[in-house]
Amino acid sequence: MKLAYYPGCTLRTKAKELDRYAREAAEVLGVELCEIPEWQCCGGAYTTAKDEIATKLSSVRALAASRDMGSDALVTVCSACYNVLKQTNHEVLTNADMATRANNYMKLDTPYTGETKVIHYLELLRDVVGFDKIAEKVTNPLKGKKVAAYYGCLLLRPGKVLQLDDPENPRVMEDFIRALGGEPVISPMRNECCGGYITLEDKGLAKKRSTAVTESAKSLGADVIVTACPLCLYNLTKNSATDIPTVYFTDLLAEAMGLK
Amino acid sequence: MERKELRKEQIERISGVNVRKCMRCGKCSATCPSYDEMEYHPHEFVYMVEKGEVAKLMESDSIYKCLTCFACVERCPRDVEPAKVVEAVRLEAVRKQGMNRLKPDAIPEMWDEDLPQQAIVTAMRKYTK
Repeated sequence: MKLAYYPGCTLRTKAKELDRYAREAAEVLGVELCEIPEWQCCGGAYTTAKDEIATKLSSVRALAASRDMGSDALVTVCSACYNVLKQTNHEVLTNADMATRANNYMKLDTPYTGETKVIHYLELLRDVVGFDKIAEKVTNPLKGKKVAAYYGCLLLRPGKVLQLDDPENPRVMEDFIRALGGEPVISPMRNECCGGYITLEDKGLAKKRSTAVTESAKSLGADVIVTACPLCLYNLTKNSATDIPTVYFTDLLAEAMGLK
Repeated sequence: MERKELRKEQIERISGVNVRKCMRCGKCSATCPSYDEMEYHPHEFVYMVEKGEVAKLMESDSIYKCLTCFACVERCPRDVEPAKVVEAVRLEAVRKQGMNRLKPDAIPEMWDEDLPQQAIVTAMRKYTK
């Protein structure tokens, strides 16, 4: 099966392994991720302002490119890209004024009207491949390794738009960890913010938020934290006062599938 | 129409939020990860916009403390979406000539080798027009 794929800026630079292991694991699982042509950065954050159009165009272009490739869905691995693309698509679908202005601006051969389904790589694993199938491909199980899933904000909220999982009591990452043979550790901080981009503006706040996340996971006995977001990984690694490693979820996937 | 009314309408138009839906339960501020760093908190943004006190909010650093984590949006029992109000007020401030909060020249100083591009593009989008 072939699906359109949007890597995003950071997966080309600081998070190359997030991209590489996602592609390699998908291939073994029977899915070819086909990068959309000439994609541009999503901007990292969705602008909720109703009167902004320019900041949403790169996402609309990516969504239209996926449709033009004839793909059933557009797959992203980065939580931020997922959030921005999906919120933009929702706006195109529900705000006729925004859709008209975007199309007027871009002059596409076929106007874009929200046809693309945006899915996160975790949804690809859960809904397209299936965790049972992944469990069958595990050659190097995590053998009871205690793994705390860190969802952060961008994968889950706003819940009524993203609909990836229950925004207050998610389980997709825990099910993923179980499929790899690991033992999920559920932290109450798993869906609270790491501080995000505030690391540039207010280091102290980023440290406070990130340490609250890592401290909670560690106090519950986790050996490692997993995330899908490069900025969460940065904050939980560089801005945290707790000694616990944070890795991408695709690292664990590649390790368990013997791809590392 | 009074200036205050215009300001309030402008924020409501940009954000798409109806501030009168708020029932003042304070859950948005209770769940806000930046609460301690803010002069005005999410529930105050909603209340002060309703009162037309937008200028005070625009002058406060509180507009730069919102992490856009959407916790307040998710947990508001009245679906008011306070984060969208904060964003609208911040845009009103940074859209003015010379009011960019983050300038490209300042980035090399903030940079470290592990910092993902995502942090910079997001901050630029939030703080700069």
